[in-house]
Amino acid sequence: MSNVAIRCGGLSKRYRLGQQERYKTLRDVVSSAVSRPFKRATSDISQQSIWALEDISFEVNRGEVVGIIGRNGAGKSTILKVLSRITKPTRGRAHINGRIGSLLEVGTGFHPELTGRENIYLNGAILGMRKAEIARKFDEIVAFAEVEKFVDTPVKRYSSGMYVRLAFAVAAHMETEILLVDEVLAVGDVQFQKKCLGKIGSVARNGITVLFVSHSMAAVQSLCSKGMLIDGGKLMVAGECREVIEAYVNHVAVQEFSDTTDLRVHPGRTKDAEPVFSQLRIMNGDKEPTPTLFAGEDLILEFDLNPRRAITNPTLGIGVDNATGLRVFSVITYYSDFEWTKLDRPVVVRCTIPQVKLLPGRYQLSISVGNVYNQHVDAIYNAASFSIEPSDYFGTGRLPTPDLGVVLADSKWECVTETESELRQESQVVG
Amino acid sequence: MAANPHSFRIEPATSWTTLGLRELWHYRELLYFLTWRDIKVRYKQTALGAAWAVIQPLFMMLIFSLSFGKLAKVPSDGLPYPIFTFCALLPWQLFAHALTESSNSLVGNQNLITKVYFPRLVVPISAVLGGLVDFVIAFVILLGMMFYYGIFPGWQILALPAFILFAILTALAVGLWLSALNVQYRDVRYTITFLIQFWLFATPVAYPSSLVPAKWRALYGINPMAGVVEGFRWSLLGTAEFQGGLIWASMAVVLVLLVGGLYYFRRMEQEFADVI
Repeated sequence: MSNVAIRCGGLSKRYRLGQQERYKTLRDVVSSAVSRPFKRATSDISQQSIWALEDISFEVNRGEVVGIIGRNGAGKSTILKVLSRITKPTRGRAHINGRIGSLLEVGTGFHPELTGRENIYLNGAILGMRKAEIARKFDEIVAFAEVEKFVDTPVKRYSSGMYVRLAFAVAAHMETEILLVDEVLAVGDVQFQKKCLGKIGSVARNGITVLFVSHSMAAVQSLCSKGMLIDGGKLMVAGECREVIEAYVNHVAVQEFSDTTDLRVHPGRTKDAEPVFSQLRIMNGDKEPTPTLFAGEDLILEFDLNPRRAITNPTLGIGVDNATGLRVFSVITYYSDFEWTKLDRPVVVRCTIPQVKLLPGRYQLSISVGNVYNQHVDAIYNAASFSIEPSDYFGTGRLPTPDLGVVLADSKWECVTETESELRQESQVVG
Repeated sequence: MAANPHSFRIEPATSWTTLGLRELWHYRELLYFLTWRDIKVRYKQTALGAAWAVIQPLFMMLIFSLSFGKLAKVPSDGLPYPIFTFCALLPWQLFAHALTESSNSLVGNQNLITKVYFPRLVVPISAVLGGLVDFVIAFVILLGMMFYYGIFPGWQILALPAFILFAILTALAVGLWLSALNVQYRDVRYTITFLIQFWLFATPVAYPSSLVPAKWRALYGINPMAGVVEGFRWSLLGTAEFQGGLIWASMAVVLVLLVGGLYYFRRMEQEFADVI
């Protein structure tokens, strides 16, 4: 038997624009036929369409766990929809070698009026499970979802957490050889997300082939051995997971935030400000321009300042806010030993923040320049943003996750209770 | 080594497909669960519950008996008018319910269709089967009425299951066309109410088909429900003669509609997830 679980050749999918949003009514067809009777032949050709997937070819071997990453709308979910036979490709073909199960959404087909028990059977059947198979795993599913007490309660009375747990639990107990998982872990609380990741991980260890779409680089990095980067419907990179994530960070994420921001005209500038900032460049510890850093790396910010009038005793401040808007820290020349007496001509100022101990996520930079008496001359809120990607900060191979808090902290651990052998030695000495 | 039995190919949409009946059989448990869900949910949070299955045909029987039986003096093949019409209302209700439900079934289950793969035929078929429970409940009332009027069926009752199947297949045949069309054109939803009203009067529910001249009767069978209704009366009430020509014509029409509907559905289903 061949070792290939999924083989795709030239898969392409075209959507007519608006096809997914709107359905036709007979009146539209009739009225367009009446108003433009002769345009019919041409309108089909000129009709706007987009290629959601273009010429995607790849092979996945049995037992591989492949992460599919890319921006929103890149075509990741369309790949899963085609492979799970929900929609047909426009061109190309694929061969699926084994029993396939897909989890594109948690709780598809759940009916609020039915009880947990009834929904387990219904949802299981929808996912292609046999009644006997569901019955066999019933207790396991209920235990995994932690809803033992509520099995005979209609799910409309469930909390959203319970609902999601139950839905995921059913899907997680499918007996498949190939599993397609879309961004389903975005739901539920952090604790349960971990449990789900663990379940998917154990599924993968059992030799099941998994295709896993996610926005979370941390999840992809910890689960997947291989990766694929999709952008604009095309397969950009496929290979080792780490390489693919690097490619994403360097090429795709960069298009979202930029390493260079023009500040001469900026929507975040305060009302009475007088433009002094003209450009901001974000760089990593290797002085490479990039808006994406790994946790624990040095962050370098370079400002082009172009004052219209001289500022004496200038001071420059940078505030870093996290995605929730919390000011995580500020760095200000005033508190540093940087000697700066006058700003009266165009200069470039560089600020290096060593070992940025921030958790993975997106951060906003707010900047201001003024004099030491705290009078702002120019100030720009959310002037630019950068992102921190998970890295092996702790040197243990375990990546920090966003639920750790706000910042990364180093720690040293030891056991202060004396060990048995030490105790024995002491008693010998005494004796 | 043998190929994995679960292996399959994914290819672009084609204009000719197989009916995929083997796969449909494989998914028979899903068919069962979806039907069961529809039945289970239908009368949740209603005060009268399953009594609705009886109320509707009973009230229609009352109205028909008053207006057609008493006032218009429509003949009823020598039978008491109430049972004459009630016996026809049973398959009619089964049909009307099945047709409405199946036509709206794909649109009503769009969350399933865009998120999970399964043979789409399961959806309209389960919608059609969901009406059987109501039918059985109302059938008990009919048996009571037959006892009351002292009508006892003969050997013809053995043919009744065939006519029940006939009613279901008629609804499915039309429902396949309409459900697939409804995915593309939501006008269908509004057409159905109108279609069913019209169809009711084109069917010998309130009047006997013997009112139609004998030479036209086979032609009348183009309305397959005429065949179903006359078949019911013949097998349950033992009306004088078996309306052979009419019933055979109806069966032929259903067969054509059904096979055509299956192919049409299978062809259209390839785009359901994109269009719905």
